[in-house]
Amino acid sequence: MNTSSFPWLIVLTVLPLVGALAVACLPPAAEALAKRLTLAWTLLVLVVTAAIALGFDVNAKRFQYVTSYPWISQFGIRFGFGVDGIALVMIVLIAVLMPVVILASWHDGRTGTRSVKTFFALMLALESTMIGTFVSTDTFLFYVFFEVMLVPMYFLIGSFGGARRQYAAVKFFLYSLVGGLFMLASVIGLYVVSSNAGHPSFAFSDLAKLNIDPGVQKWLFLGFFIAFAIKAPLFPFHTWLPDAGAAAPIGAAVLLVGVMDKVGTFGFLRYCLPLFPDASAWFAPVVVVLAVIGIIYGALLAMGQTDMRRLVAYTSIAHFGFIALGIFAFTTQGGTGAVLYMVNHGLSTGALFLVVGFLIYRRGSSNIADFGGAAKVVPWIAGVFFISGLSSLALPGTNSFVSEFLVLLGSWANQPVATVIATAGMILAALYILLMYQRTMQGKLNPDLPEMNDLSRREAVVIAPMIVLILALGFFPKPVIDVIDPAVKATMQDAGKSDPVPTANSGGRK
Amino acid sequence: MLAAQPLAVEYTAASGALSTAWLLIALPALGAVVLLLLGRRADKWGHLLGCATVGISFVLGLWYFFTLRGLGNRSVSLDLYTLIISGNFKVNAGLLYDPLSAVFVLLITGVGFLIHVYSVGYMKDDPGRRRFFAYLNLFVAAMLLLVLGNSFLGLYFGWEGVGLASYLLIAFWYYKPEAATAAKKAFIMNRVGDVGLALAIFILFATLGSVSYQDVFSGVGRMSTTTVTAVTLLLLLGACGKSGQFPLQAWLPDAMEGPTPVSALIHAATMVTAGVYLIARANPLYNASHTGQLVVCSIGAITLLIGCIIGCAKDDIKRILAYSTVSQIGYMFLAVGLGGGAYAAGILHLLTHGFFKAGLFLGAGSVMHGMKDQVNIRRFGGLAKYMPITAATFGIGYLAIIGIPPLSGFFSKDPIIEHAFDRPGWTGWLFGGIALVGAGLTAFYMTRLMVLTFFGKPRWTEDIKHPHESPPSMTVAMIVLAVGSVAAGGLLAFHNALANWLNPVFGGATEQTPAEVAHKIPALAVTALVLVFVLAGVALAVVIFREGTAPQEQPARSVLVRAARANLYADAFNEAVFMRPGQWLARALVYVDNRGIDGLVNGLAAAVGGGSARLRRLQTGFVRSYALTMLGGAFLVVAALLVVRLG
Repeated sequence: MNTSSFPWLIVLTVLPLVGALAVACLPPAAEALAKRLTLAWTLLVLVVTAAIALGFDVNAKRFQYVTSYPWISQFGIRFGFGVDGIALVMIVLIAVLMPVVILASWHDGRTGTRSVKTFFALMLALESTMIGTFVSTDTFLFYVFFEVMLVPMYFLIGSFGGARRQYAAVKFFLYSLVGGLFMLASVIGLYVVSSNAGHPSFAFSDLAKLNIDPGVQKWLFLGFFIAFAIKAPLFPFHTWLPDAGAAAPIGAAVLLVGVMDKVGTFGFLRYCLPLFPDASAWFAPVVVVLAVIGIIYGALLAMGQTDMRRLVAYTSIAHFGFIALGIFAFTTQGGTGAVLYMVNHGLSTGALFLVVGFLIYRRGSSNIADFGGAAKVVPWIAGVFFISGLSSLALPGTNSFVSEFLVLLGSWANQPVATVIATAGMILAALYILLMYQRTMQGKLNPDLPEMNDLSRREAVVIAPMIVLILALGFFPKPVIDVIDPAVKATMQDAGKSDPVPTANSGGRK
Repeated sequence: MLAAQPLAVEYTAASGALSTAWLLIALPALGAVVLLLLGRRADKWGHLLGCATVGISFVLGLWYFFTLRGLGNRSVSLDLYTLIISGNFKVNAGLLYDPLSAVFVLLITGVGFLIHVYSVGYMKDDPGRRRFFAYLNLFVAAMLLLVLGNSFLGLYFGWEGVGLASYLLIAFWYYKPEAATAAKKAFIMNRVGDVGLALAIFILFATLGSVSYQDVFSGVGRMSTTTVTAVTLLLLLGACGKSGQFPLQAWLPDAMEGPTPVSALIHAATMVTAGVYLIARANPLYNASHTGQLVVCSIGAITLLIGCIIGCAKDDIKRILAYSTVSQIGYMFLAVGLGGGAYAAGILHLLTHGFFKAGLFLGAGSVMHGMKDQVNIRRFGGLAKYMPITAATFGIGYLAIIGIPPLSGFFSKDPIIEHAFDRPGWTGWLFGGIALVGAGLTAFYMTRLMVLTFFGKPRWTEDIKHPHESPPSMTVAMIVLAVGSVAAGGLLAFHNALANWLNPVFGGATEQTPAEVAHKIPALAVTALVLVFVLAGVALAVVIFREGTAPQEQPARSVLVRAARANLYADAFNEAVFMRPGQWLARALVYVDNRGIDGLVNGLAAAVGGGSARLRRLQTGFVRSYALTMLGGAFLVVAALLVVRLG
């Protein structure tokens, strides 16, 4: 474990921001340089992240690389940083996705209303704020990152997006902002509670020790919950996502759905469960119902879409339902499955979005009906599309299976009815993926299809690491689970939950 | 109340030769990966690699088989690595090599190898031959994983893996819309079954804290009868999906859209029998639940009748064989549902069926090969003269499937019918009677197929001048399978060989030879009765179809024929009850989501905006009013939730 006091996490958070400034300072004409510099910079961030991940000791205490500096000392607000296993896998996910996404966005940014370098600078700025959200351990600092994160994404959608980008960007911004305001109220509320308890603080480690009155807990929980439920998003807070996902440039869409939205489910685990255990238990039935509705509703809507990007966005709503179910089932397997799901969903949906991007680049349309029989002309693209789809429908051997299985396995004991309904989502997932694949890739060749080249070398480099990770984590998930599991156990302990004992061993329920 | 006696299940750790058993799976898996990754560069030799990996796996299978024979404890477990460990849930990626999986390994790699060889000739002119062999290799690897896994999760990996391979192979000619649709249908209906399997796994973990075979089978005694029954029924749902059993049988005939070697290997000899394997493997659970066993028997009996009835009404040579498969697997389900000594009978029938049904399908493929890919038996006739080898091998398969002694089918089907009659109470008479009638019907529709295809006057379409025999690369596999169809049954039943071999798996239940068992009806009497039914079926079909038949489908004269031609309305039912309401629901929800939930938010925006005109004037427009209404909307939703929760 890392015992030196070198502020690695601060470096990691600031590093992409420095890159963003550097890219922004380039002359507007130096497009190629801006791209290359951004790519190199994200690779550098990946290296630093890898070093941090390698230095993380899964057997040591929960929070590592802990650093804390005073910021606004009148209110006890600090620059508090630290990662547990959950945050660690998320920043690794960010670091892995960034270079992939930058390379995939090589020709994006030209269609926007701003310069190409702005696009890439915004991407780096986004990386910085996303990392900051996951590594901050001071609640107020978390809130700041949570809100600031919206800014680069707002401009990415609004300036570089497709049709209806203004509408989508504003909708996205407002939904998130409103959620954030609820959270701010609760963050302040927490501070008040801690002051009353004699030790005013925003630090997670202090707040987790508080014994908050159950009545107060409910209100504070709600503030956080609404913010996170919009972010994730859970049904019925989801309607901004299909618009944003469809309007954002593909690279930004990958980060939006693959990473940013996970802040919501991350927040459930980091803040809602440990800080408000009574309220979490009290609200759990509501959340579970919303989660299960989301699973079925998202899947049915995905089936009804005519646009591939909207379709993928709706599948994510179903997937977020699974994640929320796992978290609010209050078992180690459910929680670990949920966190693993957060990582895996980033990979599978990321890959799906990227391949859809390849198709849009060739066809100039993301409309399903504009394709048909395309596997004949672009067999390699069809192949990677299919594997990404298999990951999305959670086929064993792909990464997502392990997480979906763990979520459902962990949910069964505490939420049997919800689990049974959720398993219907497995069938629907197969339907929406295979329907999309059939309509775009199989059947008779659409005569309107233009000449299309198969996977280019750049695209192959983009998609190959995703496919490799999808398969590798499908067969060897243990290294990632080992990182996540202790942090989830600690979270469940904070929430006062213990795993159900096998009924045949407990002697009960015959 | 606790279920029946606990069963001590002890697996020994693999050592020596058996510690390399993972090679069985790794070789074909590697073949698939290489063939897919190299792309066109491997077109020239891809089929050879495909055959080689499976061939070597078969040789390894033989080696392991004889190694296992020399061991004291013939249940050998090989843990490869820890797959998942989370909280108190731990599962290893590991293999179980025991008499049951050993037999399956030989069936899968043996028949698999023959069909690979056959495909070299059959797919010769197809530009996608390399891809075809890649998928076939993938299938063999997944199927081996299915039968070799040492936990329910390992089985599940293989279970969905073969589903994937089946999808890819049915949709091999993906540019044919029917093939793509059939593949999707197969995958979805299989997933319905898989959900059952998944839920069974969840219950096992919640009850016993483990999903490994060893822990589960040792822990059956600690489970309540209700739990055991629930698990057995959920496993059965999975088995029905994979094996095309009622009510999930409708995908299997459509799967015939795939190339014929696929139908032979996956949709006849191996994958579709996975359900039988699952129930046989989980026999400690089924033994502990009478309800579970009764339901398995009932599903088997119902399906075997359904398959026979529809088989009589079809004109497509592959679909007749497909429904025949449905029906024969029904026999196997009946057998494993009966339990006890019938477990071995079920596995025996599975093995002999693997030979003769694969042979029949390859024969059908050979006929299609010579008849420009036509499948309508009304337009065949008199082919025996032009395709002597095909006719002879097909004929042997035909005699075997209808159960003429001393061919394979006789030795495997007869004991199932005997065991069915032996079941205590009226259900014994019922299941035995159904199995008996099924044997007669099987004889009828198979004779119809045989006569209309190979005998009588030609009724060919105009474009067919000279039907030709297939090349040796194809006929070799047919001949080998025909030899198996003749001899396998007798050899495996000789001195109860297979039953004794499988005995450790079934906890001693299959030890007794059939002669030692006290029968309700004497065995000879059952045999004679079965033969009477079979010969009657044959005679009836010969009388009706001796002179050939009309080249077009004639109007149905009875309700039963009409229903049978419509697959007993299974597709119509699925469409009416699931598909159309599902489509309607999806469309309705899209409408609601676009106009409803968003509309609510937007509507609220208008309401708030209208209600506070002043505010509106103060604030410049859309963005902020939207924010406000968002706020209102969020409050509303939360309030509604709270009301629900508090109420």
